[in-house]
Amino acid sequence: MIISVQKQDFDIAKVSQQLCDGRKDIGAIATFTGLVRDLSQNRDLVALELEHYPGMTEKSLKSIAQDAMQRWDIEDAAIIHRVGKLKPSENIVLVVVISAHRKAAFEACEFLMDYLKTRAPLWKKEITRHGEHWVEAKLFDQQAAEDWK
Amino acid sequence: MIDLLYFASLRETLNTEKEQLDLPLSINRVADLKKWLAARGSDWASAFSRDSNILVSVNQKMASDDSMIRDGDEIGFFPPVTGG
Repeated sequence: MIISVQKQDFDIAKVSQQLCDGRKDIGAIATFTGLVRDLSQNRDLVALELEHYPGMTEKSLKSIAQDAMQRWDIEDAAIIHRVGKLKPSENIVLVVVISAHRKAAFEACEFLMDYLKTRAPLWKKEITRHGEHWVEAKLFDQQAAEDWK
Repeated sequence: MIDLLYFASLRETLNTEKEQLDLPLSINRVADLKKWLAARGSDWASAFSRDSNILVSVNQKMASDDSMIRDGDEIGFFPPVTGG
């Protein structure tokens, strides 16, 4: 399992390779990459600033990944979340799931994203040309996570 | 002594990132602590009011108003999460 909260960017190919290294039972790699996009009211986003709870965020991501490993027939997973100031179009989050078959990998990947959005202590602040404000939690995200129960 | 940590918008509203507190004898649960913190004044009162949506962790695990607090614990307070 690879769990990381980091400032630096990630390399999807490298992370996938790392998970699969030396294995011959993997038939599927599902990846999800989240990017910074401009959802600010005036489309004037300069950057998103991501804050986390050092220690707890990592533990929480690990526990979400362990949940997925129990619920689906998957072999391994990686969750990498970036923090600090990120500009539009930069990577924010990477989820990689490897398994023998694609269905489990797709589902677990979606579950991991839905869960981390509502469970892991991470907060986004929008920095726009006209000021800064914290992003509000969305009911839609909460519902997506509830749907997996 | 307990450690209190505040994150994101809450950290900014309260102008406090962390503090240490001699645990008052009257505090056994998270709800008691919130009530105690709310008594500090206006920003604190609204942040820790009954209808505020802040979340709490005890020793880096999600907790609730009923969770017990013991000497040495690390308590985190934060708004609903918005990662991903």
